[in-house]
Amino acid sequence: MDLPPLLTLTGASVHFGGVAALDGVDFRLFPGEVHSLMGENGAGKSTLIKAITGALDLTEGVLRLDGTTVRFASPHDAQRAGVSSVYQEIDLLPNISVAENISLGREPRRFGLIDWPAMRRHAQQVMHGLGLDIDPASLLGSHSLAVQQLVAIARAISTEVKVLVLDEPTSSLDSEECAELFRVIRDLQQRGVAILFVSHFLDQVYEISDRVTVLRDGKLVGEYLTRELLRIDLVHAMLGRSVAALRTRPTLHVAEDEQRPYLSMRGGTVTSRLESADVDLMEGEVLGVAGLLGSGRTELARALTGLDKLDSGIINVRGRRHTLGGPRDAIAVGVVYSSENRRTEGIISELSVQENITLALQADQGFLHRLRPARQRELAVSWVDALDIRPADVDRPAGLLSGGNQQKVLLARLLALSPRALVLDEPTRGIDVGAKVHVQNLVGELADNGLSVMFISAELEEVLRVANRVVIMLGGRIVDTIASEDLDVDSLTALVAQPDDPDE
Amino acid sequence: MTTVVTADNRRTSSAQQVRTFVSRHASVMPTLAAVAVFVLLLVGAQAYFGNFLTPRNMSALLLDNAYLLILAVGMTFVILTAGIDLSVGSVMALTGILCAKLLADGLPAAVVVPATILVGSLIGALIGLLVQYFDVQPFIASLAGLFLARGLAFVVSLDSIRVEATSVLSLQTTRFRFGTGWYITPTGIMALLVVAIGALVLLYTRFGRTVYAVGGSEQSARLMGLNAARTKILVYVISGTCAGLAGLVLTAYSGAGYPRNGIGTELDVIAAVVIGGTLLSGGTGYVLGSMIGVFVYGTIKTVISFLGAEQSWTRIIVGLLLLLFIVIQRFIVFRSERPR
Amino acid sequence: MTRMMRHRLLWPSVCLVALIVLNTIARPQFISITLRDGELYGPLIDSLRQGAPLMLVALGMTVVIATRGIDLSVGAVMAVSGAVTLTIISGSGQPGSLGTVAFAITAGLVVAFGLGIWNGFLVAVLRIQPIIATLVLMLAGRGVALLITGGFIATVVSPPFKYLASGYLLGLPVAFIIAAAAVVLVAVVERRTALGVLTEAVGINPEASRLAGVRARGITFSAYVLSATLAGVAGLIYSSNIMAADANAAGYLIELYAILAVVLGGTSLMGGKFSIAGTVIGVLIIQTLNSTILFLGVPSAESPVFFAAVVILVVLIQAPRLHQLVRGQLDRQRSRTRDRRGDPEVVA
Repeated sequence: MDLPPLLTLTGASVHFGGVAALDGVDFRLFPGEVHSLMGENGAGKSTLIKAITGALDLTEGVLRLDGTTVRFASPHDAQRAGVSSVYQEIDLLPNISVAENISLGREPRRFGLIDWPAMRRHAQQVMHGLGLDIDPASLLGSHSLAVQQLVAIARAISTEVKVLVLDEPTSSLDSEECAELFRVIRDLQQRGVAILFVSHFLDQVYEISDRVTVLRDGKLVGEYLTRELLRIDLVHAMLGRSVAALRTRPTLHVAEDEQRPYLSMRGGTVTSRLESADVDLMEGEVLGVAGLLGSGRTELARALTGLDKLDSGIINVRGRRHTLGGPRDAIAVGVVYSSENRRTEGIISELSVQENITLALQADQGFLHRLRPARQRELAVSWVDALDIRPADVDRPAGLLSGGNQQKVLLARLLALSPRALVLDEPTRGIDVGAKVHVQNLVGELADNGLSVMFISAELEEVLRVANRVVIMLGGRIVDTIASEDLDVDSLTALVAQPDDPDE
Repeated sequence: MTTVVTADNRRTSSAQQVRTFVSRHASVMPTLAAVAVFVLLLVGAQAYFGNFLTPRNMSALLLDNAYLLILAVGMTFVILTAGIDLSVGSVMALTGILCAKLLADGLPAAVVVPATILVGSLIGALIGLLVQYFDVQPFIASLAGLFLARGLAFVVSLDSIRVEATSVLSLQTTRFRFGTGWYITPTGIMALLVVAIGALVLLYTRFGRTVYAVGGSEQSARLMGLNAARTKILVYVISGTCAGLAGLVLTAYSGAGYPRNGIGTELDVIAAVVIGGTLLSGGTGYVLGSMIGVFVYGTIKTVISFLGAEQSWTRIIVGLLLLLFIVIQRFIVFRSERPR
Repeated sequence: MTRMMRHRLLWPSVCLVALIVLNTIARPQFISITLRDGELYGPLIDSLRQGAPLMLVALGMTVVIATRGIDLSVGAVMAVSGAVTLTIISGSGQPGSLGTVAFAITAGLVVAFGLGIWNGFLVAVLRIQPIIATLVLMLAGRGVALLITGGFIATVVSPPFKYLASGYLLGLPVAFIIAAAAVVLVAVVERRTALGVLTEAVGINPEASRLAGVRARGITFSAYVLSATLAGVAGLIYSSNIMAADANAAGYLIELYAILAVVLGGTSLMGGKFSIAGTVIGVLIIQTLNSTILFLGVPSAESPVFFAAVVILVVLIQAPRLHQLVRGQLDRQRSRTRDRRGDPEVVA
């Protein structure tokens, strides 16, 4: 790039109390470039973004935009200067129209009153520039998340934008929606906008970005050109330790004829979300589930564990037919489910780690038979030990733990029930690499001990690494079930991405 | 599933038109339901009594419930921001008795009227400050307002005070007649004006749109650069001002101030607003809907008195109607919550 | 020392003690208790007796709030149970007979229980927002009570029924004993069994609790049943106190005082962790305040003004912004006296 950088941070530091969330970081964004910010959780990515977008003040260091030193007092300030951002949780208002969302705060006015027709025209214009053609008068909430995100981008670029920050924009998108988003990004690139792209999907980072900056523990590790950076070097830079520890577990070999399904479903159907699913969870096996967002993975898991009612189909536990009316029924037959929404459907944040771990066991025993306090402590401490939950303080409110440790607490809760079948939905999502591997290894050990495990993940490499067999889902249907040793990432990707409708 | 709907696929089939209508106006549905209920009530009452839908009765409907209408406008603003104001009944009583007392003490109406309305605004401001700057839940903050206003009402006077000032009484007694038997009073005009101003503000001013934004998601509203803090305080000031005005109207209506007025009125107002299609969760609702809700309430009250039954039936029926609306709202939300 | 400072019950207890001390300074006879015919008398005893209905209602409210709900209908339920009971007693041929009274009381409690089931059904099964669900009964309940009493206040002469509010047992007022017994019973059930922790889990995160196998629906449902039943008992005591059924005045504003008591006691309105001891202290604070206000010669109708001040004071003390302001001042002082050194701490 022969143009000077549009935005630079020099020697940026942000201190919270006595801790440096950012420590002497240099960062620069060039116009017309997509720049990715990489690092594990706690590396300082979100702090950097907040410093650039005016949500945080720099304790030390200088921020320069277009050569001039700037200090943003608020995100609104930054927006006015041309630095806009779109976050993972779409910060728009679902209860008002698309047009209004795009113009809110700067609505066109006539005689002091809002000019609705002008607002709709403006929205139409901006969206047209993105190749988005939806009814500007429609309520935002009536559209899918992917569309809402594009509307958020439309809002961001509806004013003069120099820098666009996209924070994990693809977490809720399927591959077609991703492609659409990337098209929009490239379009903006052409217009000279500098784009900061934050994502933990390595594939996407390599696909879309020109430059990568890696942070670790608040410090700058380096800035690289994507085309010159090997994946292994990127991961090495992010983790700062030998990659050897990440070596995969050998895939398991279990004799087919000795297998017995602990939990199986035949013809499982939930209208418009799951169709005629046949699946067997064998004892001693890890069954992976691969598929794009919206392919029905979570629906399969929820139907299998009785969370959702089946419209047709049967569930068998150890060969005998069962009706699972809810989590309590499932737990009673040794079937447990771990939701992908750790925060909303998993952790009870104000209760301690100990209370969280013993919760399901206590609920199963009924409220009259309280677990003795000594027994509760013993249980909690032993699980914290076994799963290496940090910090090792069982009285600490669970909400204060990091994502990875929270996931381990949830696993401990389920394992305390001594289950026979575990259905884990995205158990390693959003966790740093170290904890990820730990969980994967744990899953393998559980299967070795005779449990049946269903492992759902969006990362195909992970699925292949962990599972014996892989169920491939597409459009609410199970397309195939294949042994993982007969698959590699490319073939699995092909199966998972197969379009089922030729005119889609 | 494609994210982009290209222009060539857009067929103007009737199914598509319905879908467009629904996606544009989904938030109006609850209010339309309220209108339907209102019409049903009127038709039913007319069928049963034969002489219900007369200009005199309809005019009385507005006259008798003018105070409620004004309260409902203020409450709509508050509920739209996902808040609630439990103080309005007590503030209405306070301003009513204060107005009566000051008039009885000889102060001119031109001073008394604005002063008493201001008292309402001040209490509203207090509640707004508690909610915004001290992170107090609206429930608790307006509870404090309720206690304060009710207690102060009794401090002003432990008994009722009659109003003799003709300027104030004329607000009620003057009738502008038109048509065949229709009439309207200045209080009725005031109520309709408040409704009109409320509706215009919510639809055409940035402040009004910020109200909806704050109700939709306060955090998003703030990130979008809107002044959520000022808005949240202002809606309580509006509610308090409306309560002040309602106190004046009620005092004119009954010819006296009474510190025990308005006990339970906040519930009637909330019921009317919810029946009128405003969701308690905030972000959806219309002032015109609240007006319909008030008319529904008033019609039920009139029907009960026509039937010669005890007035306590009014609250029971309104309560059940409220329940019905809530249950229906719940099922609609339920069905839209299902797909992931 | 810091642990004691941070204990949830510290501030409420300090407030209560301060109030009692101030009262005693103003009128030393405040804490005087006299024994007459084996029965205790005195201003404190009066407070305990008069506070019984509020204690019962606040107890139920604590559990409901813990499930992240609220019960606005308790005042109306009090009115209904009083109306039912008194209508039966006054309509019977023998208002003074123990059997009639026992039957009437049971009927009143059964009706209250039923209203609790109604609320529980709306909130736990139909999943209607608690404010709105209990608002319905708050609106309609008094109307129902008025209908039962035929619109006017039924008065009776019935010594067995009068015993509830005016009688003594083991030297202490019966009303107080009933309230105390209820407190002990609920506290034991909540804390000696796992019900308390499960309730807290449901209040903090209902969906996560459900997935963990907690009977979230059942816990929420029974909270409302408990609240209404306790309100029923409160209604009986109230009616017994005036020996009449006043559908309008019974329990007027009591839901708000109950919520205030719960908040004063440190339980958060957002649900989750709760403290019965805190609520007890909260009720005692309110009672003492009431007594203070009356002693000051303020007409009771004006007392809400003082409670407004209390509410505002309490929320200001609890407000995070105030803590920030105070802490900001302390930090500024501290940093001036210490040089900057990066303490290694774990980032949350």
